[in-house]
Formats: sequence, C-alpha cells, structure tokens
Amino acid sequence: MAEKSVIEAIRDGLREEMRRDPSVFLMGEDIGRRGGVFLATQGLIDDFGEERVIDTPLAEASIVGMALGCAFRGLRPIPEVQFSDFIWPTINQLVGEAARACYGSNGALQVPMVVRVPYGGGIRGGLFHSQNVESLFFHTPGLKVIAPGTPYDAKGLLKSAIRDNSPVVFLEHKKTYRLVRGEVPDDPYTLPLGDADIKRQGSGITVATYGLMLHYCLEAAELVAREGIDVEVVDLRSLCPLDKDTVLESVKKTGKLMIVHEDNITGGVGAEIAALAADEAFEYLDGPITRVCGPDVPTMPFAQSLEDAYMPNTEKIAEALRKQAAY
Amino acid sequence: MAQRGESSSENPGDARAGVAEPDISLPQGLSPEDLIDTYTKTVLARTMDERIWALNRQGKVPIAASSQGHEAAEIGSLLAAQKDGRTFLFPYYRDLALKMTAGLTATQVMLSFMGKVGDPYSNGRQFPLQGADLPRNIIQISNVVGAGLTQSTGYAFACKMLGDDTVVLCYFGDGASSQGETHEAMNFAGVHSLPVVYICENNHYAISVPQRRQMAVDDVASRAASYGFPGIVVDGLDMLEVYTATREAIGHARNQGPVLLEMKVERLMPHTTDDDDRRYRPPEELEDVRNRDPVLRLGAFMVEQGFLTADRVEEIKAEALRIVDQATDEAESASPPDVSTLFDSVYAP
Repeated sequence: MAEKSVIEAIRDGLREEMRRDPSVFLMGEDIGRRGGVFLATQGLIDDFGEERVIDTPLAEASIVGMALGCAFRGLRPIPEVQFSDFIWPTINQLVGEAARACYGSNGALQVPMVVRVPYGGGIRGGLFHSQNVESLFFHTPGLKVIAPGTPYDAKGLLKSAIRDNSPVVFLEHKKTYRLVRGEVPDDPYTLPLGDADIKRQGSGITVATYGLMLHYCLEAAELVAREGIDVEVVDLRSLCPLDKDTVLESVKKTGKLMIVHEDNITGGVGAEIAALAADEAFEYLDGPITRVCGPDVPTMPFAQSLEDAYMPNTEKIAEALRKQAAY
Repeated sequence: MAQRGESSSENPGDARAGVAEPDISLPQGLSPEDLIDTYTKTVLARTMDERIWALNRQGKVPIAASSQGHEAAEIGSLLAAQKDGRTFLFPYYRDLALKMTAGLTATQVMLSFMGKVGDPYSNGRQFPLQGADLPRNIIQISNVVGAGLTQSTGYAFACKMLGDDTVVLCYFGDGASSQGETHEAMNFAGVHSLPVVYICENNHYAISVPQRRQMAVDDVASRAASYGFPGIVVDGLDMLEVYTATREAIGHARNQGPVLLEMKVERLMPHTTDDDDRRYRPPEELEDVRNRDPVLRLGAFMVEQGFLTADRVEEIKAEALRIVDQATDEAESASPPDVSTLFDSVYAP
C-alpha cells in the first residue's frame, strides 16, 4: 500500500493498462511533452512514445470522432477532453454516434473507448472551467458514466473502463486531483463498473453522492453524528450502470434519502435516484426525499462569493441533514 | 467515356460471344468481363432503386434516399477498391448502389428497406443500409453528415498505427463538405499522412440548397490544398474515369497520404422519398440532368464499344427486373424483428 493522490492513481492506472495491452493508447490536447494540463499523463510519452501518447490538433469533435474510428478498428483509445467545459463540440460523436454504434449495428460494432473528462468546480474556474456535465451522459443509453471520488476507486474503475467494450465517460473531479489522497494497493487490481460503495455505515439517513461531494458528505456526516444523526453515505462511483440495489437497500434500512451533487438540480442524477426510491422503496420512506445540489444557473461564477454560493459544501449538507433528521 | 491506362482487353469470353472486338483500351486491371459484370450490377442497382421508390409510394418502404445519378461514382470507386483488395469503406446515406454492389443480395437490400429480419446492416433498427456490414468492410452509423469523416480518418489512423496497408475510402456529399468535422478530419489526415481517400459525391445540392449557397468555390477539391494533399476533380458520371482516378488515389493514399476526389455527379431524384425537388429546381434543370444519366451513358458506351449488343442490354435489364421482383416478394413475406430484441446490444458484451 502507498498513499497516492487521485491524479497519481489515474496516471498509474493508465500506465498499467498501456503496459498490459498494446492496443491501449492516449490522444488529446497537450498530453504529450506537456503531460496534460493537470499532468495526468506526465511521463507517459517517455514510457510509450509519441505513437501511443498522441498530441492532437485543438479540435475536440475530431478527437472523439477519430477515437471512435480507432475503436472500430479494434484499438482501445483513451481520448482526453482537456476540460469538461470543452466536451460540447464532441457531443455528436459521443452521444449521437458512439452511444448508438453497437445498438445501431445490431451488435456488430463495439466501442472500447474511454473518454477522460476532468470536470467540476470549486477551483475558481468560472463558467468555462467548472462545469458538471454528467446528467446528459447519464441520460444516454449506450454510454457508461463513471465518477470516482477517491484514488483507490479512480484507479480500479479506470482500469475496468479501459477493458470494457462499451464507450465510457470517465469523470475526474478536478478539485479531487491533488486534494484527495488515499491508500492504493501496490499490486494491480480492478473494480467492477456498476457497483456503489458504502463509504460510511449508518442507520438514520441515506446520502447518495459521488465525486468531490463524497468528501463533503463524509465530513457533514461526522458533524451531525455528534448530534445523534447517524448517516450512511453511499458513494455511487458509477452513475451508469447505476447500482440501484445498493441505494434501495440502504434506503430501506434508514427510511430517509438525500442526494447530493454539484451539478445543478433540475433533471440531474438526483432526480432519477429520487424517482427510483419513490417507485421502489415508497413503503420504507419516513420523510421526504431531499436534494442538495447546485442551483439552476449556468455553472458557478468566477467571483469567490458567487462560487461559494453555488457550491454545496459540508455546512450546507449538514444543515440539510438536520432538517431531514427532524422528520 | 475515358480511354486511358493500359489495355487488358483480351479473352473476351462467352458474355461477348458474337460481339465485335472493342476498339478501346481499358484502364489497368480491368477486363471486358469486369466491365460487363459492372454494368450488370449497375443496372441491378438502378432497378432496385426505382423499385424502392415505387414501394415507398405503396407504403411498403418508409423512407429511401436514391442513388440514381450517383451510380458511376459509387460503383466505379467500389470496383477500384475491390480490385485493390485492401480497403475499408465508410459510405454515406446516399450510397445504395455502392452498398448493394459491394456484395449484398437484392433480397438483403430489400429486407433492409422494409425493416425486416435479415437486414444485414442493423436488423431493422436503422434507416435502410445504415449500421455496419463488416463482412464487406463497410461502416456507416448515422445520418449526421460529416460524422463519418472523423470516424473514417480515425480508422485510417488506427490502420497506420497497426502497420497494416488498408486504405480507407470515405464518402460524403457536397452538403457534408460544409461541416466542421470535415475540416478537422482532413486537417488531421494531412498532418499524419493517413491512408485515406476522401470521395465527395458532389451533386450540387444539399437537399434544396444549391452549391452557390453552400460554398464560394467551384470545386470542393480545391480545399485539399489547405490540408497539404492533392484534390482532384473527377467526372463522376463516367464509370471508367472514376475507376481510374480511384485506383490511383488508393495507391497514393497507401504510399504518400490522403487524396480528395471530387466526383461531379447529378441527383436524378429528390433528396429522399419525402422531398419534392420541383419546389426548388427549375424544370429545365430537372430535364437536363435526366439527359446526363450515368447508367444510360454506360449502357450506350457498352453497345457503342461492342462490349454488349443492344439485345444483351435488354436481357440484362429484364434479368434485373426478375431479381428485384423476387427480392420484393421475399422481403414482403419476411418477418419483422421480434419485439423481444428491443433491448439487445445497448451495450457490448
């Protein structure tokens, strides 16, 4: 075991899979000598050469479109979209084409592609370096959507995503890259896509969350624990496939459900999980399903005061938990 | 009709029994038998195309995009690809003649147009002949024009990475030439000298918008210069010129990098069965394009040059009609996909 940051775990995962499988390669903007703007790919060009760590022109639609073509030829491309905010030019290739290729060819085409996407805010990124983009992909059958929050999960899930034969949107929260550290085994391991992980056991309220918000939820759970509120924190990790069983089992145990995400509230992942619980755990609920989410504004603004106002944080979550516990 | 390349017109064979020795040199690698076979397939594709249109009017085919007027460009380039033997094709939605001639039976084509079990591209999930026909090295996912440009370029990139000598042929219309991804794809292909031939079937209309409203240049091919590779204008109504240009382009792509071929063609029919081109094309223009029909032109050439007699041409047409009749009957009696398959292949295994 060694303590690693999220970005180190991701880099290690990439390196291990590239060593293991010569069909795995990276493409994106500034990922070669520069090592990526977050240094996720630092040093990989030295290990694997510019044939497998490919600096592309600054043109996101073609980065994903060409990766898709490479996947059709049997390679395992890992295109990087430099910031989630720049993913919109790729939407036709990702949502329109990659997600539908297997279905639209009656299974003849497979898309073993992982689109790595640094996302999220709380880093003074303003409107175009802070966006949460997961709800669109979550809504799209054919795509898998992974959003880890810890180094251990990031590495294990990334390695599984690379080995998967369906297109995966792999969301890496930028603020966790260096802020979050944790133990990572020295020996290779993978984690299955589609399994949530209960990061904190509790009996009073279920909180379902993912990404950076996992850590705020865990902090909030500790805060309210002193007040006698026993919170169970379910880290979804994989938004699609969604581990409905783990969420429902937890809700049936606690009788209360809160969903926390940074993405804005309307039509988000939380709405779907709320509907799931209402459909399949209604008899067990002992209070309203609540959400602590970003507000419905076009991503968090640049000014510190406005960013703080947008971002869910430990205090906001703790306050919501107290209200929820009162039922 | 182009007359260039080396002659290989020998061993006339049974198909030309009783026909005078043609006074023409055929392009390299092409025999008179090839030409007769190609003409026969072209007539079959045209007959199928006409039947599909009629079946649409009868409510039996929900939608069709006709390749009438594009046959020489599609089948001539396909013939070059097949003669080369190491190609992979990314056609577009108007490439019925290409996809059919690539090796599908008439019945398979008809099953696809009717959305029945046995549709080789998607088993009834997609618009006709969209999806993939991997046994014949063909992928075409969608109707979003330009999307295939980056995918095919990526495919060519992967071929180069893997060290195989496949050349990718990527087809698109003049409409797709305006898409941003077309620029991105060609730019990348130029940077990496990829083995790809871009084939623009320019019929001068993006549905209803004429070329002068789509671009300020006369030739899409002229754009190739900005990507650092050759762009060549081809008479896309001339089967032999198309064949020769494509053969050369494939060789160039394999050894030196991309080529953009612009095939000047005519759209003889409306954009699709849901369109009425009389709303936006002048009557005299519609009449004029009928006079430029590449299938009539090829037929006349075959007779004039002595490859076929006029009687044999009529026999070929009658045989095509018989094949299409049978395909229509078989497809009409075929089953629709079972509803239990609705959830199949959302994800790969």
